[in-house]
Parts: sequence; C-alpha cells; structure tokens
Amino acid sequence: MASLKVNGKSVTVEADASTPLLWVLREHLGLTGAKYGCGIAQCGACTVHVDGQAVRSCVFPLDAVGEDSEITTIEGLSEDGSHPVQQAWVELDVPQCGYCQPGMIMAVAAMLEANPDATDEDIDYEITNICRCGTFTRVRDGVHLAKTKKA
Amino acid sequence: MADTIQLSRRSFIVGTGAAGLTIGILAACSPGGGETEPPIANGPPPPEVNAWVHIGVDDVVTIRIARSEMGQGTLTGLAQMVAEELECDWDKVVTEYPTPGENLARDRVWGDFSTGGSRGIRMSHDYVREGGAVARMMLVQAAANRWAVPVEECSALNSVITHTPTGDTVRYGEVAAEAAALEPPADVPLKDPSDWKLIGKSVNRLDTPGKVTGKQLYTADIVLDGMLNASVRAAPMRGGTLGSFDASAIADMPGVQSVVQVDDTAVAVVADTWWQANQALQALPIEWQPGEGSDYSSSAFEAELEAGLTTTGQTFPGNMAGDVETAFAGAAQTIEASYTVPHQNHACMEPMVAIAVWTPERCEVWCPTQNGESALAATAEAAGLPIEQCDVHKQLLGGGFGRKGAADYVTQAVLIAKQMPGTPIKLLWSREEDMQHGFYHPTTKARCEGALDADGNLLGLKIRLSGQSILSGLMPQALMNGMDPYVFQGLLPSGLDPRAEDQTLKYTFPALKVDHAMRNPPVRPGFWRGVNANQNAIYLECFMDELAHAAGRDPLEFRLAHLQDSPKLAAVLTAAAEGSGWGNEDGLSRGLSCFYSFGSYTAACAEVTVDEDGKLKMHRIVAATDPGYGVNPQQIDAQVAGSFVYGLSAMLHQEVTFENGEAQETNFHTYPSLTINEMPDVETIVMPSGGFWGGVGEPTIAVAPPAVLNAIFAATGKRMRHLPLKDQALR
Ligand code: FES
Ligand code: FES
Repeated sequence: MASLKVNGKSVTVEADASTPLLWVLREHLGLTGAKYGCGIAQCGACTVHVDGQAVRSCVFPLDAVGEDSEITTIEGLSEDGSHPVQQAWVELDVPQCGYCQPGMIMAVAAMLEANPDATDEDIDYEITNICRCGTFTRVRDGVHLAKTKKA
Repeated sequence: MADTIQLSRRSFIVGTGAAGLTIGILAACSPGGGETEPPIANGPPPPEVNAWVHIGVDDVVTIRIARSEMGQGTLTGLAQMVAEELECDWDKVVTEYPTPGENLARDRVWGDFSTGGSRGIRMSHDYVREGGAVARMMLVQAAANRWAVPVEECSALNSVITHTPTGDTVRYGEVAAEAAALEPPADVPLKDPSDWKLIGKSVNRLDTPGKVTGKQLYTADIVLDGMLNASVRAAPMRGGTLGSFDASAIADMPGVQSVVQVDDTAVAVVADTWWQANQALQALPIEWQPGEGSDYSSSAFEAELEAGLTTTGQTFPGNMAGDVETAFAGAAQTIEASYTVPHQNHACMEPMVAIAVWTPERCEVWCPTQNGESALAATAEAAGLPIEQCDVHKQLLGGGFGRKGAADYVTQAVLIAKQMPGTPIKLLWSREEDMQHGFYHPTTKARCEGALDADGNLLGLKIRLSGQSILSGLMPQALMNGMDPYVFQGLLPSGLDPRAEDQTLKYTFPALKVDHAMRNPPVRPGFWRGVNANQNAIYLECFMDELAHAAGRDPLEFRLAHLQDSPKLAAVLTAAAEGSGWGNEDGLSRGLSCFYSFGSYTAACAEVTVDEDGKLKMHRIVAATDPGYGVNPQQIDAQVAGSFVYGLSAMLHQEVTFENGEAQETNFHTYPSLTINEMPDVETIVMPSGGFWGGVGEPTIAVAPPAVLNAIFAATGKRMRHLPLKDQALR
C-alpha cells in the first residue's frame, strides 16, 4: 500500500513497489491521460509532473515517489482545459492523432513554468518527445503562443 | 478514484439470458472525446433524418462518419462536406462512427469503411455530400408541408428554414421528426463548388478539445467491467512457431490469471493489469520453432537486390516509351547511379491494441482500425461466429499510417477472449512486439541510367527497380500476370492499370524503360504512409537532379522542360521553387523535387546547410500541393508538415534490419524518430485548381526526402544514395 498525492488529492494504491508510475496512474487510479508509447523513456508520451518536474513515468517506479511529492497529470493540469498551453493547443489545432499530446503538453508546461520566455533553442533542447504524426511545427508555434497567454 | 471509468450513454448487451453481460461503455461512438456528447433532450430523440444525419430537438446535428480518424483530419473534413450541403449550424455539429455491423445490417448504407491510400475524402465526397443534401431537402420539405406552402418558396440556412414570402421560420430540430418520415428525394442536385462556404474553409478540427485535456479515450484507456489485460508474444523470428512454454513458472507472479496459447505462433499472459501481464510474459520460458524465413538476414539480402539491378532474367515492364536502346546508343554522355531504401516499420505512437468479449452467442471488439469492415470480418472468423453476431466499435487511432489496416491484433484479442468466455480482454502490444511484428515498408534498390546529347538534352531514361512487392505478399490475387503494378507507383503510364490512374508519371521523356525485378524477402510487407511513392520519388527525383547537373542545366529548368504535358505539376514545382527563392545566393543550399501520387500534385524546395563536420541543418521546406479541391486548408498544412516528419525520420534515422529472422531494432532507441530540434520550418502552399479530388495524407511525404537529398548535394557536392543517412559522412 502506497500513499500518493495526485492532482491535489491524497490517494492510496495497492501496487507492487516496482510498478512504474505510468501504470499506477493508468491501471490503479484510472488516470489514462498519460500514454504508453515505449516504456523505456524514449518517447515522452507518459510525461507527468513530479514536484513540477517533467518526468517520464514509464520508468519512474512507485517507490521512488515520495509521500509528499505532488504528482500532476494532464487531467490535473487545469480544471477545464484553460491552462495556457492547452488554450494555445486548441487555438492552433496542434494535435493530430493526439496520442503523444498529453505528454507533449506536460513537457511544454513544465518547461514554461521554469522558463516562461523559452526560446527556440530552449525548445530544441527541452522538448525531446516523439510525435509520429509530426506536429512539431505547431508545437513550436504553440509554445510561443502559450507564452502570451495567462492562466 | 474508481478502478473502472463509468462510461455512459450506450449499453451493449453481450450474450443472452442470465449469462448476459452488460458492459457500461461509452460513447464508443464519440470520436470527439466525450466533449462532443450532445445535450440530452426531453422525450425520445427524433429518428435520424437519413443515414448520415441525425438532428436532435435541441438542433444538435450528429453527422455519421464511416471512415476512420487517425489524426489526418478526415473526421472534420467529411463533416464539413455533409454540413456544406445540409446548410446546418456548424457550431452544433458533432460526429459519430456507425459500426461496421450496423453498416452490414443496413446494406452498406455508409459504403466503404476502409481508410487508406488517402482515399477517405476523395472516394466518398459525392455520396457524403449527397447525404447532406438529401437530409436538407427532407427538412425543407417537412417545413413546407407543415406550412402547407410550395417547397420552392422555402430555403435553409444555418439550421433554420425560412418561408421567404412570409418570413416564417422553423428550426431544423423542430421538423427533424417529420422530415425523417418523408421519402428521400430522387433527384439530388449538389452545389456548384463556387457556392461552397464550408468546404475550402480552415475551420478548427472537431476533435481537438478532448486531446488536450486527457479526456479523449483511446482503446487502451477503455475499462470494461470485469476486464482483464493481456500481453502477447509471437515467435520473434520470421516463419517461427510456438514450440512450448512453461506456464507454471509464472503462475505465482502477481496478478497472473491465465497463460494462453493464442494460435500456432503466439502465447499471451492474462493478468489483472497490463503491467503485471507484461512482466510475467517477460519471465515466461518459451521455446520457439524456427521455420521458413527464420534465417533471413537483410544485410545478406542486399546481394539479391543488387543482382536484381542487372539481371537479364525475369523482369516486369512498368513503363516503356520510345526506343530507349537507340537513345543510349546515340548518346554523347550517359550517367548511372544506384540507390537503396531499407525496410521501415510504421511505429504508430499507439501500439496495437484491441478489446474483445466473446460468448458462445456474440463477440464484440473495441479497437483502433483503418478498416472497420475487415476488422469485423477478422472478428467473426476468429470468434467462429456468424458475422451478424459480431460487431466492432471503432475508436480513434493513435496513428495508423497504413499499419492498422491489418487486423492481426484484433484476431489475437478475439482468440484470447474466446478462451475466457464472458471476460472482456484488453490486449495491448508492447512496443517491442510492435517492432517485431510489423507489416514493413518493402526494401528496394534502383539503378537509374540516363542518356544525354551534346546539348544536355535527355534522350532516354532507364529505371530498374529491384525488390519487394507489397501485393505479392499481401494480396497476390491483385497481381497482373505476376506483375505488381503498384511497385511503379508514380512511374506508371496512363492506361496500364485502371486502378492506378492516380499514380502515373507526369514527366514526358523521349524514351523510357522502367521495369521491376521482383525480389521478395520473407518479411511481410505493408502499406506504409505514401507506400511505394516514397522510394520511387527518391529514385526519380534524385536522378533527375543528377541528370540536370550532368547536363549542365538548372534543376528547375531541366524538370520543367519535361513537364510540358503536365501544367499542374509544373505549377506546384514553380510555386515551391519561387516560394523558397530558388536561385537566391543567401548561404542556403536548395534542392527540388516534384511528384504525382494519390491523385495530387506535390513539390518541395528544401533549404539546408551542411557544416564542415558534415552536420546537416534543414532550415525550411517550402511545399506546394494541388489536391484538386482542398476541404480544410489548415489541415492540409498539418498533413504536409506531419508527412515530412514521417518521411524525413526514415531518410535520416530509421531502418529495420533483420538477422536470424528477427528485427534488430526493438524500440525507439534503435529506431529513432525525428525530434523537434531537427525539424525544419515548413511553409505549405495549398493551391487547389479544382475539377478533381486528390489525396492529402500521403502524397506530400514523397517529395521531402529527395528535396533534402538534392539540397545536401548542392551543399556538399556529394550524392547520398543509400538510406538512412545515419552513420554516413555527408562530406
Ligand atoms: S512511454 Fe514513457 S517515454 Fe515512452
Ligand atoms: S499527434 Fe499523433 S503522435 Fe503526436
């Protein structure tokens, strides 16, 4: 039994300590926004925030999550889709299939939280998520648009 | 938080009698991700106006979409087409997928469900628009009947019908039930394209909101009551079968419920959670039996491809014009070059996944599929039930690219579920399984030869293709006397194969010989976004560049000189070149390409630099496309840029190699996909010239790699002829 704080709520889960956070979220907590794409920290589809940091939850074991750690998933990024990154994404129709986008959005949101003026070079360095549909041109535009928006 | 997401709206009863199982499942029909759920109105909803359109008393317009949405925007485009003729309020439009079972029961009223070959819109535009027009005419007629006035005095706009002489109005929702009771009109005139208001407009996608909040459900996100999870492993070597496995070794692992043999080749572990199932599967001792193809080595196969380039044995003639031997005999200069394109995997972001529930009376499946009807046929076959007792609930695909036209994963899910009657089984493939069991893009080589006269005019061109045929691997019945005409995609003459008139060569050459030495490795081939246009565009367009340089001519001028019979391809090529500033001396190196495939004209001009260490930077690609009609230009732009990522990932980084019959690239660490730091700016010029319907999702993928390869040559003077570029020195 492990206690976690997810999207502002305290929850307990019955899962093996080595279970990656991704599968705890998806299969024990019903939070299916974060996606499985590779399981080896290569694609970023599973990105969530742990204490504000973007982490690839597919390789983040449950027992590495501190009891006081704040976990935020795409479902908890905003109540109603009003986070600046979400707004920008809707405005520009960034997603294609959308499967990578919860991870993409969480990676971008964490970057902008730490660096609200992120430049193209910052984007190149920070955003390493894979998108097989190839939404990168709009992801880049979306980051710059999100910078101009308020939550 | 509950383990089971409570899903509303639809309840499917699976099975009969006391053993019947009720599944609370949503909105399997709501591709927009729950956000498109129409408000619940009071009283029973009115019946559909016709198969394509349902209108609620609250005026919500539900448009039925037969084709699959996998990111390419077809869902929104098709809805625009229906809404254009329906004259409805676009803000009230939601969509749903009819099931293939419903289509079957209704005499295929929605036509073909298959979504591939960039056909979603271009092959259904007429009957889809007609569906909207019929519904509008019935609604207007219902209003006229209600008012007892001639229908000619009434008109419809924005979901409101107006009786022009009196100014009386009625909303669609108020007359929908009456309209539904009318006979559909026999004569259904469609709008002239010049009157379109919604077709051609860059409206936002209908399915975006749920994709940014996590609310959009994909198949892997669906939870059914009592569901168990499965992970599967099939023999990793080509042609291999399952020998034996020791289920007892993992029986005590957490969550494990069952270990089942799926078929002759695969075994699956069923557990409470997928993580548990997959962990146990990895620990399961399995013996595989090698079979035909289990010794396949793609590096050894290179020699066979190479031999095909010069063989005097059997070849299939694809495009023959003029007297090519005389042209070469009289040449002042001949040049020759060979190229290689390796196997590729689709690597959809969403791995293969399907949920199945089987009882002796009924089988239902939830899955992402590019072809609902073939998924249904696969379900029925695996279930051992009449097709009428099966159905497939199509879900939004997390990418398809041609991979999810196959139903192998559906078959597996049903075969597992059949061994656990009444228990819903969610089968999810690991990425490793996806990399090992693809339908791979065929590997080919080409040898190109050109004959030039002393003035640099092209006298003749030969292209020998050597390699794998997709049709012979997947649908041998479609071969023409053994020949796969699709191998010549984009190089075909008009008239050779009526099925491929949208894939013909648009250049005119004085003499031409394109033929194919078929060399099939024991790897199942597949339709990979753009299909054979990918390599054929590289072969043709890189060699055209080589010819232009050998002739001492400008590559743009040289191409245009052979496009005299195709003003449309000349127009997109010119637009891309001018858009990029072809000929500018600004420190950027430029490369061109143009190609016709899937009924659309496409061109690209790539701008690159290659630094002294041979590091490539792709700055920008200016692309132009003429798809005839452009339904949603901003989505065409998205498809162009997206297709470039797919094509350039392959060009730069990706190949699937086989040793001992096994794919050596097992995940994204060895099959890397292009990332944002490598991504060039893309400027898309959408220039629909009207009068025909071309594809959008695939055609442009073909032009990006040759444009970049030609630009690399412009920068370095070195030709890169063998893909992928990874590990090769550009200088
Ligand atoms: S699933 Fe975690 S990085 Fe790919
Ligand atoms: S939008 Fe489909 S993988 Fe990124």
